[in-house]
Amino acid sequence: MKRHQFRQDALIEVLHKAQELFGFLDSDLMHYVARSLKLPTSRVYGVATFYHFFNLKPKGAHTCVVCMGTACYVKGADQVVAALEQCTGVRAGETTPDGKVSLATARCIGACGIAPAVVYDGVVTARQSPADALANVKGWLGHAA
Amino acid sequence: MAAKTLTIDGQLVSAEENQTLLEAARDAQIPIPTLCHLDGVMDVGACRMCLVEIVGTPKLLPACVTKVQEGLEVRTNSERLQRYRRLLLELLFAERNHVCAVCVSNGHCELQDLATQHGMDHVRYAYQAPNLGVDLSHRLYGLDHNRCVLCTRCVRVCWYIEGAGTLNLAGRGTGSMIITDLNQPWADSDTCTACGKCVQACPTGALFYKGATVAEMERDRQKLEYIVTAREKKQWNV
Amino acid sequence: MLLEDLIKIKEAELARRKKHTLRCCLAAGCISSQGQAVKDALDQAVQAAGLAAEVEVRGVGCLRLCGEGPLVAVDPDGVLFQKIRPEDAPALLSTLQGETSPLDRGDLQSPFFKHQLPLVLENSGLVDPDRIESYIAADGYLALRNVLREMAPPEVVSAITKSGLRGRGGAGYPTGLKWATVAKTKSTRRFVICNADEGDPGAFMDRSVLESDPHRVLEGMIVAGYAVGAEQGFIYVRAEYPLAIQRLQNAIRQAKQMGLLGSGVFESPFNFNIDIRIGAGAFVCGEETALMASVEGRRGQPRPRPPFPAESGLFGQPTLINNVETFANVPPIILKGPEWFASIGTDKSKGTKVFALAGKIQTTGLIEVPMGTPLRVIVETMGGGAPAGGQIKAVQTGGPSGGCIPASHLDTPVDYESLTTLGSIMGSGGMIVMDQTTDMVDVARFFMEFCRDESCGKCVPCRAGTVQLHELLAKILARQATQRDLDRLEELCDLVKHTSLCGLGQTAPNPVLSTLRFFRHEYLERLQPAHPNPPSAPPTPATQPPNTAPVNPGAPA
Repeated sequence: MKRHQFRQDALIEVLHKAQELFGFLDSDLMHYVARSLKLPTSRVYGVATFYHFFNLKPKGAHTCVVCMGTACYVKGADQVVAALEQCTGVRAGETTPDGKVSLATARCIGACGIAPAVVYDGVVTARQSPADALANVKGWLGHAA
Repeated sequence: MAAKTLTIDGQLVSAEENQTLLEAARDAQIPIPTLCHLDGVMDVGACRMCLVEIVGTPKLLPACVTKVQEGLEVRTNSERLQRYRRLLLELLFAERNHVCAVCVSNGHCELQDLATQHGMDHVRYAYQAPNLGVDLSHRLYGLDHNRCVLCTRCVRVCWYIEGAGTLNLAGRGTGSMIITDLNQPWADSDTCTACGKCVQACPTGALFYKGATVAEMERDRQKLEYIVTAREKKQWNV
Repeated sequence: MLLEDLIKIKEAELARRKKHTLRCCLAAGCISSQGQAVKDALDQAVQAAGLAAEVEVRGVGCLRLCGEGPLVAVDPDGVLFQKIRPEDAPALLSTLQGETSPLDRGDLQSPFFKHQLPLVLENSGLVDPDRIESYIAADGYLALRNVLREMAPPEVVSAITKSGLRGRGGAGYPTGLKWATVAKTKSTRRFVICNADEGDPGAFMDRSVLESDPHRVLEGMIVAGYAVGAEQGFIYVRAEYPLAIQRLQNAIRQAKQMGLLGSGVFESPFNFNIDIRIGAGAFVCGEETALMASVEGRRGQPRPRPPFPAESGLFGQPTLINNVETFANVPPIILKGPEWFASIGTDKSKGTKVFALAGKIQTTGLIEVPMGTPLRVIVETMGGGAPAGGQIKAVQTGGPSGGCIPASHLDTPVDYESLTTLGSIMGSGGMIVMDQTTDMVDVARFFMEFCRDESCGKCVPCRAGTVQLHELLAKILARQATQRDLDRLEELCDLVKHTSLCGLGQTAPNPVLSTLRFFRHEYLERLQPAHPNPPSAPPTPATQPPNTAPVNPGAPA
């Protein structure tokens, strides 16, 4: 798995790989990484929490990432987020208590030509209105309403 | 070693080649305020208190990491610098909970001293008043995040002097915190050698000794072995 | 790999060309609107119609009109189809036989295309980014071969210096000077880093270049490595760009197979390797010293400069850091000569610049224009102005480090100096257009929120100052602030700008300062009178209606 180098400067690479395999980074995993790369655990924790890409908690079954880049923002991405927050009852960056949906915002996914963009489970979708987004996410939540 | 001559606040100063502006100024009894600087530990230039003006350079430079150069003309105490320093202190006071009257460090606090020196007697910015908690798990020491200024002196002491690498910064921006190991209670840390250097390093009341009476004598010889392994094999895990 | 091999590959590739080529855009924008499905459908339709001998369906990089995707361009007819759905494939194919179809056609003669001068993007939309042969057919790696066989490293550096190329990452530092500094250091180990951590919200130029023409960036890096005497290069790419990463990995593998990377490049004694480092979501890592910390696997916190990376950078060794677009400019400078490059653009800003045009504008997409093109040409002539009868209010350049240029200054030529005079910066090339419904105070708040969240937390003014600035802006926005708060805002901007450690903090106040300069009235009208007693009227609800203030451009404070 991390046989690609065991070099200490590959810490971020290794964490990427670990997250890809396990979904998130828990204490045991970080401890293991620290041990393998011969780094203090505090160093691994410091790096893992510095970068927003790494999750220390498990993610929901589905993820919905709303792009909040400038182009998307001026085209109303904030309203999409507000609608989703209201619908799911969690704030951006959190996961619903039932573990079904993680809601997040991104700092520009570079798809400004099709703003506002939303990424549903890794699929970038163009020109989303609050209603579009709600329709998608409600499906995941399995709301009767 | 070649000597360099420069002017600091109108005073001619001679300095050794590799000295920083801060060292040269201190040798000449010219005070420059500092917060994240700690003698004997690597400097990071983070607190921005020691910023100085250099004639001919548009940018302000941190004295703690700027090397002396022949013929430099340095100003350490202009009206502008004083204003900036006051503002920086205001920002620090507003950022967390620095209530001197109920602080263990009252009267022995570098932040408090700086505020007094710079006439920062009130804060005009909104107090953020975060509730960050206090880690009292350790047998000897306490860590009050609410008083922390994130100068990282404790982290640097822990890594570069003690060599334990227990403390580190986690998170980023205003959410940065000092943590031990994997953000576990200090008492559960495998790597802490309880050397107490971090407490010595802390400029404020964020790190402190718990009640000074320790009744029983306890030894932890494993820690010695741990440090030797860390030093020699560069391996930090027990 | 020798020159002859290069020519052979090129000839073989050109011989493969068929009567018609359908170029399907497979850059991120079009892929997210089903671009891949369109290409697959076209492939199938060609097979079904038995036209495989006549028609080539090629996946290519960005065809520019990102707002109208998925795009398909047809050669040699020069037709651009837009908003194509997979089921349109047979109809599209039938147009090759001269049949008419109701499919949406883009106008390649429209001002959007006519004013472009593709240089960095010359291959983008033409070559297949997944096939090195396709790049070689467009004279790819020829510059590298010429450099290795015919030029000494100092000659390469002086060619770059003569071309007048300046860093395309935003600050505009002369590239030749940077190369020369690294080359002159006395170290035996040096590094080349390509900064592809395009973090500015609203910018997607680097992404397009990497996705459309990855080999070009590699070639630029290898040339740079030869010029400064480095043997190892790193490309630092954002994790948010999985497609770019995948295409780069593929490109590196192909280049290695052909002997264009690795030991003995082009059978010369020169060795060069490139590794990809993937970012993990930290805007501050676009800053040179933070980026290097991140490549070394540490927290991406900047450190004071000097020492500059050119003297002591990655692992303490001299390091050359340039942006994607800068490296992409290198091959044509070598092939066509520095004089040719210097003839494009303005006196102090040479060459072209790629911009990502987005926001409240008719035509969004990727454009490349000569330096010095007036802003008005870009946003009004090429971009078609604001949509649906709207009026352009301001153009934001340079992302969170830049500023808002009001409509009254649209005639400003776009070059490094002119934008700086207006309190903005060239930045990496994101251009966001705002119309009369955009609230400038809210824009300033938006960027400050960005900087607050992206601050690394190392230095006090940036960590604590952005928090307070954001709070003050929110207060103004909620109409709860007084003149005193505005004074504090300006005082803090001054502090953060002048005392922060790195570029992020030093430029964080720019959006506030530039909106204060050009749209001060929007701030003032929200202030409460400095009464000792609060006014009796209830404050306006915090949810702001679209700003109804009269557009009043041309009132610089």
